[in-house]
Amino acid sequence: MELFIAIFTGTIIAATPLIFAALGELVVEKSGVLNLGIEGMMLMGAALAFWAVTAGYPMPVAILAGALAGAAASLLFGVLALTFLTNQYAAGLALAIFGSGVSAFIGRGFGSDPIEALHGVSMPILSDLPVLGPLLFRFDPLVYLALLMFVAISWFLYRTKAGLILRTIGESPQTSHAIGYPVIRIRYMAVLFGGLMAGLAGAYLSVAYTPLWVENMTAGKGWIALALVVFATWRPLRVLLGAWLFGGMTILQLQGQALGLQVPSELLSALPYLATIVVLVLISRNRQILALHFPASLAKPFRPAG
Amino acid sequence: MRIRIEQRPEPSATMRIAAPVLASVLTLIVGSVFFASLGHDPLPTLYAFFIEPLSSMNGLSEWLLKASPLILIACGLAIGFRANVWNIGAEGQFTMGAIAASGVGLFWPNPDSALLLPLMFLAGMAAGMAWAAIPAFLRSRMNTNEILVTLMMTYIATLFLSYLVHGPWRDPAGFNYPQTALLPAAAMFQSFDPAYRVNSSIFITVVAVLLMWLFADRSFLGYKMSVSGAAPLAARYAGFRESAAVWIGLLAGGAAAGIAGMAEAAGPLGQLSPQISPGYGFAAIIVAFIGRLNAFGIVLGGLLMSLLFLGGEGVQMTLALPSALTRIFQGILLLFLLAADFFIFYRIRLVRPAPDAHAPETAR
Repeated sequence: MELFIAIFTGTIIAATPLIFAALGELVVEKSGVLNLGIEGMMLMGAALAFWAVTAGYPMPVAILAGALAGAAASLLFGVLALTFLTNQYAAGLALAIFGSGVSAFIGRGFGSDPIEALHGVSMPILSDLPVLGPLLFRFDPLVYLALLMFVAISWFLYRTKAGLILRTIGESPQTSHAIGYPVIRIRYMAVLFGGLMAGLAGAYLSVAYTPLWVENMTAGKGWIALALVVFATWRPLRVLLGAWLFGGMTILQLQGQALGLQVPSELLSALPYLATIVVLVLISRNRQILALHFPASLAKPFRPAG
Repeated sequence: MRIRIEQRPEPSATMRIAAPVLASVLTLIVGSVFFASLGHDPLPTLYAFFIEPLSSMNGLSEWLLKASPLILIACGLAIGFRANVWNIGAEGQFTMGAIAASGVGLFWPNPDSALLLPLMFLAGMAAGMAWAAIPAFLRSRMNTNEILVTLMMTYIATLFLSYLVHGPWRDPAGFNYPQTALLPAAAMFQSFDPAYRVNSSIFITVVAVLLMWLFADRSFLGYKMSVSGAAPLAARYAGFRESAAVWIGLLAGGAAAGIAGMAEAAGPLGQLSPQISPGYGFAAIIVAFIGRLNAFGIVLGGLLMSLLFLGGEGVQMTLALPSALTRIFQGILLLFLLAADFFIFYRIRLVRPAPDAHAPETAR
């Protein structure tokens, strides 16, 4: 039972940064924009949140700082991709490289001392329930926020007019523009939201998941989040399920190392990356499934005619 | 008066050349502000960063030594980028090339053989190509996004290298450091002068640049690749299959990166350790873009980028500035270049307020 609880809660926690980053990217891609810079935005968020904690700011402020750092970074991408009509692949890559450099710069003085991590909540009665308490009611607030964001984004995309407009823009910016929707402005907002979520994901890594600073501590999680969006075929529920799947993979790998499995630790560490490839292959083979929810104008620059 | 952005009737040839210059100047300006904010006088710092490394023979040697792999890898990547094939995993292909070449160098039965270096060259190239063939196969057969696969393959290659140097290939006489034994002398490129590290592998890069130029600008296949990137539909009507572009693009990048890894192992490194690349594979992506995906542009881009590496190391030692500056400079340069490219296709005009109501959408 102890092991089950450890694996279950570990999975939920490991999935949380992926949920934030991938849900944010889902909204961006639904608006027809492909931002490959998640890794860079996450690193900026992680660095700034960590810095805020060490500078003595309260935890909520630090997390907000991380989220805003991600949004600020995404603005760079937005200006390039939306205003300057740069190839979105190139702009996203530039952001990934830039973010890794800036975060390393910010983090140069951090050393390797851990900070006090974000606490789990303590709910009256619920947290003290046997089994259910540790399984469901003792996580840190950001874990619950991630689930809340899932609900909010699903509702926004499929139950609100604004969500419909966003999806329409992702399908056909020309038509949307002709109807009179401000395509560029809405895409900017989507990109900023994606940056906010990626920054939040990074902040979660540095103040909750592994409360210490390591250069390039995202270790590819930003790229895995990108893969998750493809895996999810642009549907929020499958983003959530996919994130848990990857979270589980990470935890099993850590548990495997702890149990002293007779395989090289590097092989276990490679599992999430291998799994990403396998999952991408399985999902990409079926072009019909991919095409069903694929935003038709994804990664195509748009400029109002005239 | 308001600012109005309008499309040029034709892409501007002047801006195509001016954009990298403009981006470099803007990067320098941002860099100066940055240095000033860190409490360093900008001008001497810029001098230390960009001029001082080139003022000694040793500096020049190091400059070429670092530019060579960047140019080589960027040439390979650019062939793919021209066809919209996004190989982002050159770092992994570089790593695999270094591993395979070092494996041959360490374990070949006759360590004095004159064949050793050519064999290592082939092994490095084959390993880089093999590592790139996996995403090529997955993309062409399974429709799998090559950006994500090449990146994941990079993480796997790095872990594989870590496994080898911590495990089976660790030098038993190496005081428990995670590194292999030194490569035998016959497995090393000769330095031009024992006092400096730049070595004969630089000729590989020269040949690669010429090959890249011949292929991309002078061959029919290269032309078809470019068409495939610029207008996939047109290419398909002309009977050029997308999968051909995918295979050629990825294998060219993999071969170049693998050879660069081999040259690094058989040159300045001389052995494998967990950190064999200061990010050449990623920096080469920027080099390819700064060089306009053009062979001779890439040479200039590679020289500029290696100067950033060198200057970064220099100010880290002399002025105690953080090494992350290099990557920040690289990122800013790329960001500015991408933005400056806008003016190849568009121009900014100051216009009087338009009397008609249709203007606001196009005006900013």
